[in-house]
Amino acid sequence: MTPAQVVAELRSGMTVGIGGWGSRRKPMALVRAVAASDLTDLTVVAYGGPDVGLLIAAGKVRRLVTGFVTLDSISLEPQFRIARQTGAIELTELDEGMLHWGLLAAAHRLPFLPMRAGLGSDVMRVNPQLRTVRSPYADGEEFAAVPALPLDVALVHMNRADARGNGQYLGPDPYFDDLFCLAADRAFMSCERIVRTAELVSGGPVQSLLINRSMVAGVVETPNGAHFTSCVPDYDRDEAFQAEYVAASASPQTWQDFHATYLAGDEASYQEAVSKYRAERDAQQGASA
Amino acid sequence: MTARDGAGGATLAEICVVACAEAWRGDGAKVASPMGVIPTLGARLAQLTFEPDLLLTDGQATLLAPGAQSAEAGSGDRVTEGWLPFRQVFTMLAAGKRHVMMGASQLDQFGNQNISCIGDWARPKAQLLGVRGGPGNTVNHTVSYWIPRHSRRVFVDQVDMVSGVGYDRVAGLGEKVRGFHELRVVVTNLGVLDFGGPDHAMRLRSVHPGVSVYDVADVTGFVLAAPLQVPQTRLPTAKELTVIREQLDPEARRDKELA
Repeated sequence: MTPAQVVAELRSGMTVGIGGWGSRRKPMALVRAVAASDLTDLTVVAYGGPDVGLLIAAGKVRRLVTGFVTLDSISLEPQFRIARQTGAIELTELDEGMLHWGLLAAAHRLPFLPMRAGLGSDVMRVNPQLRTVRSPYADGEEFAAVPALPLDVALVHMNRADARGNGQYLGPDPYFDDLFCLAADRAFMSCERIVRTAELVSGGPVQSLLINRSMVAGVVETPNGAHFTSCVPDYDRDEAFQAEYVAASASPQTWQDFHATYLAGDEASYQEAVSKYRAERDAQQGASA
Repeated sequence: MTARDGAGGATLAEICVVACAEAWRGDGAKVASPMGVIPTLGARLAQLTFEPDLLLTDGQATLLAPGAQSAEAGSGDRVTEGWLPFRQVFTMLAAGKRHVMMGASQLDQFGNQNISCIGDWARPKAQLLGVRGGPGNTVNHTVSYWIPRHSRRVFVDQVDMVSGVGYDRVAGLGEKVRGFHELRVVVTNLGVLDFGGPDHAMRLRSVHPGVSVYDVADVTGFVLAAPLQVPQTRLPTAKELTVIREQLDPEARRDKELA
């Protein structure tokens, strides 16, 4: 598939889960395609990073379900901040473990899972829909009843995949990408490189095959497709570019320039613009060295 | 940061590193999760000296223990001893095998912490990180806080959004949760505080060299409990200073966090 073909499978108003964590292994090529589409009113569920920021900036997000939005090396996500401070999005703010529990409940087709996280905190205040549940056993303890977070669609990014939908992560952390896929009606997986099935196990241990083909509806090869987030060991976060993204978020004018340079075209033109940016950056560094 | 009189040549940052390290004393084989430069140096100092069983990550999913050459100056030698992806962090957290030292944009008298947003949650004046793991951490395991700039902006009468849960709120929860909940210390650039006051109110445990009780009270937005005689924070030993300066932080990143 192509990113555009994935977008064609989505509808306005859908609940879309996005894998990765913060500014790490985000399916940014797919996110950029969604941002450039006509889709609107999405509910986005994510351990938020610049994926959330880009979708907010493009006006795609009606509601965000998250425990945080961060760029990791830059702690606050600028587009998320603007949207919250101007009231542009609705927010379901959960403890990050509650988000995990909600995805697990959805994957297991349960209506909720009990948990201690949330009790006593203002997560209960700002989410009046949350209920508690009492243990039916002798302990009688009361828990937060974390509701399932079923997704219409999940988007994840892997280091490698085969064409049938078996996906492999080669970095240190799987994050929750398998759960996002299982919590969704349909999941689409982008990857750095599509390889023959036999090549998967020669590239890493069998435990690195996080996604199996029953979990996904489509595979897209998007080289450098997690840029500017990290996708180790293929590449680290592009810190300089991330800083450009933050700087561009400072005003509508600078954002318009950034958008025109990087986001107005398709994925190929984004990657071309990034290559050009890097070449100029390297030349500048060479000149100053 | 220059040396202060009576600090034995230690800088304020080094005193804070040792005060943070002390937070994990007695924890044994628990995951120490420090947020920030000085807490991270503190946890590593504790692991290298008086609390060798502590587990520490590289900030991502790899558990690192001191390596065979770790005692050599500037070696930074560490060996991978395990794997701790976020899903496992969540399980360790719920199992109580963790002690995190978080930051706080706001902290009240009973230890309610806010890292989510400033102002009305519905439309905040300043959106910050979100609650992150604060709610779950505080009802499951030991939590401490690190505040590099002790001020009335941080130490407030009431926080705008409760992320980490304080003693007054946990008092209304079940017996299990009350047992799991422990806010151990709050380390700041002025001193060390704990929750040993009346009804677990915040109390001044020690002041750093050159700081008076009045200095601390003056920049705290609630009435701070304190014993009649507030001792001085323990100073780093010569060995600890060597470990901090030569092994853990030869580039003195610790000073920038207090600048």
